Amino acid sequence: MSASFLISGALANPSITEETKSKEALDLPWQVIVHNDPVNLMSYVTMTFQKVFGYPREKCEMHMLEVHRQGRSILWSGVRERAELFVQQLHGYLLLATIERSN
Amino acid sequence: MEVFRNNGTLEISEIDPFLAELLRQVPASTRSEAVPAVEQRLFSAPASPNEKEFCEEWKLYVEPDLRQLFQTATETVEGDLQQLCEHEKPFANCTLRIPLAHSEAWLNSLNQARIALAAKYDFTEAELSDHYRSPIGSRRDLSLFQVNFYGFLQEFILREMECGGTSPNE
Repeated sequence: MSASFLISGALANPSITEETKSKEALDLPWQVIVHNDPVNLMSYVTMTFQKVFGYPREKCEMHMLEVHRQGRSILWSGVRERAELFVQQLHGYLLLATIERSN
Repeated sequence: MEVFRNNGTLEISEIDPFLAELLRQVPASTRSEAVPAVEQRLFSAPASPNEKEFCEEWKLYVEPDLRQLFQTATETVEGDLQQLCEHEKPFANCTLRIPLAHSEAWLNSLNQARIALAAKYDFTEAELSDHYRSPIGSRRDLSLFQVNFYGFLQEFILREMECGGTSPNE
């Protein structure tokens, strides 16, 4: 049996015994959510988003208004470790923030 | 009361004795005083209860850091407020100078105070939006006034941090 026959045979009848993903891919579906809070000032929330995420002011205002009108906004999504760090920073500014797995 | 920026400080002048007393109460207002609602709001959960392990680790490792952060901010504010205690005439208007470098600490401490008071007295969104509520007839009314007054100061500090104001001396 030649090596080329073995390879072509394997390609003809592929079977998946174990599916592997990179660590990042496994971590991907995590979201940073900020929830509405009647006490925090709109300007304070906007400033906090700018400081924590480094987004432009317009984007921060859009998220702030989404929090205000819809009760919550997804500020960021990505790997879990980074999402946890963002939530920690947001809590340092006393915003109501949680980490959630994306659907 | 007048607020403006002056040579690297945020200056609040012509503070009458009543508002000066409210300012002095900022540090005390940040304390949860074992009120569960205040404690829960200042140290809210970082995830749904389903994430039990993560929430437990957060309490163990992150919460102490947050407490330290809040305490440090409040100590900075407490230091600045000493100016109001050094006044020779107790019933005269006074001036408070906040170094710009302390702006973040003030924002944080004022926010702690507002959140703690709102949680303690369970203010509704309508109450918090009613800036013309009067008169102050109870401790609860006074606390609502405090929340709004501290909010006004936050707005002023934010405005100065963002664009930098001008003053008669600049």
